[in-house]
Amino acid sequence: MAKLQYERPLIQKLNTGTMNKFGTRTEYRPHTEIDGAKVEALMKEFGSPLFVISEKTIRDKFNDANRAFKTRYPKVQFAWSYKTNYIAAVCNVYHQLGSWSEVVSGFEYNKALKSGVPGNKIIFNGPDKTVEELKLAIENSSLIHIDHLDELYTIIELTNEIKKRPKVAIRVNMDTGIYPMWDRFGFNYENGQAWDAINKIVLTDKMDLVGLHCHIGTFMLAPSAYGVAAAKLSELALAIRKKYGKTIQYLDMGGGFASKNTLKGSFLPGTDTTPPIDDYAEAITTSILNAGFLEEELPTLYLETGRALIDEAGYLLGTVISNKRLSDGRKATIMDFGVNILFTAFWYDHKITPAQEFSHYTENSVMYGPLCMNIDVVRENVTLPPMKKGDHVVVHTVGAYNMTQWMQFISLRPAVVMVDLQGKAHLIRKRETLSNIDASEEMPGYLKEFKL
Amino acid sequence: MLTLSRLRRDQKIETMKIKKNIAISDSGFIFNPSTGDSFSVNPIGLEIIKLLKDEKPAAEIKKHILNLYAIDEATVEKDFYDFLKMLEANKLSAETEKAN
Repeated sequence: MAKLQYERPLIQKLNTGTMNKFGTRTEYRPHTEIDGAKVEALMKEFGSPLFVISEKTIRDKFNDANRAFKTRYPKVQFAWSYKTNYIAAVCNVYHQLGSWSEVVSGFEYNKALKSGVPGNKIIFNGPDKTVEELKLAIENSSLIHIDHLDELYTIIELTNEIKKRPKVAIRVNMDTGIYPMWDRFGFNYENGQAWDAINKIVLTDKMDLVGLHCHIGTFMLAPSAYGVAAAKLSELALAIRKKYGKTIQYLDMGGGFASKNTLKGSFLPGTDTTPPIDDYAEAITTSILNAGFLEEELPTLYLETGRALIDEAGYLLGTVISNKRLSDGRKATIMDFGVNILFTAFWYDHKITPAQEFSHYTENSVMYGPLCMNIDVVRENVTLPPMKKGDHVVVHTVGAYNMTQWMQFISLRPAVVMVDLQGKAHLIRKRETLSNIDASEEMPGYLKEFKL
Repeated sequence: MLTLSRLRRDQKIETMKIKKNIAISDSGFIFNPSTGDSFSVNPIGLEIIKLLKDEKPAAEIKKHILNLYAIDEATVEKDFYDFLKMLEANKLSAETEKAN
């Protein structure tokens, strides 16, 4: 007789009348495949932990966002935010969909060039652009978004040696009614700094002011703030037209649209609180269309959306290392992935589901990573079936920032695979090895030998 | 002293019995009339509780699970004693009855 499937014995005290402090959500429905690729097979082939990117989700989310904006506004251009996820294969999916590149460092800039993105389709943001990087960007006719006056003066100096007019925009920060107000990027709108920069650019006549940019915040749950920002940028563009007779070619609304992740401390899950992309599109396009531009002078709308496009396309597969009982009786589960590779666990209560069938019995547990560090907590509490050593889980909505902010700390970084539209998995980033780390280290001769 | 008390505790858990007056339903609902607490257990947990109520020793219960389920001995050992500790913590063992 075949033996029965084992499940850890479990007892749960039933409480009536009071709210379960762990909430009412249970994630016991197993997630056994990603776009047709079996989770177990992926882990067998590529190891654990493992990041998996769904190409289908990337394309679906992009097409949805593209539709939301293009059905409301005639001129829209997306630029893929490299810092959100700059694995080359991921970037190329966006480039195949028509996205330009939005980069915030020389490293990202060169990565975009290496991938084959034409220089004039790279938006160069960020506060740190070296002289050499600025020279390259000017030569390539990239769109340089000026962050501060020092950068502006450097560009003015460079125009004396480079016989090419740089194409620039200024980054504008402003009060959009949200807290905290982001005023660290670019020049302030309300106190006149933005006008100071604009006057300097126009009056020196060394470069072309082609656009205005803003980046009002991150994980913005209020689309109305984008409406305010778009109205203020439009007002500025129209005022430049009136004062100097110069037409601003584009307004760049930056990024910051929320994904469907659940922020820590949030009462409701992100799936219930995150506005649909149409709400952001409606707020932005309505403001620009109502601002008073002549039809032939409507600026192109640039969008640097990252998180809202990629987050849901990313999964992290992991394995249970052990279960233990804490001093207060709570169950703790130790996983083979921690905050070193799942950086966003500091911000979100990630949805975590088992990757194999269980009964409907669940238990509350603290989920720890494998690091020998007290901060390594993946979920403070999560309701899951009684899992045992070797069982697998799927962490959802991890596509944004984890594969760029991950740390080589204590353990090596895992492989990343992309599941294509036919359900076939492709390795897009190899699992790190000791030799990757050794390759960058140097040993002074006198330290090469020791006796113990 | 610590070692001795731990040894005594370990011996106690080997021969742990469940309270006689608790009500056990076939669907895994447990009721403790002396405290008014109710609990839910999964099928394997229910099986263990029933065997404990029949005063089966720990070794026999572990053997029974190993024969019935596709699982290794080490996992059964870990999970079984963790479960007994939870029964004790929830005041369902006969020892806690005396203490009460």
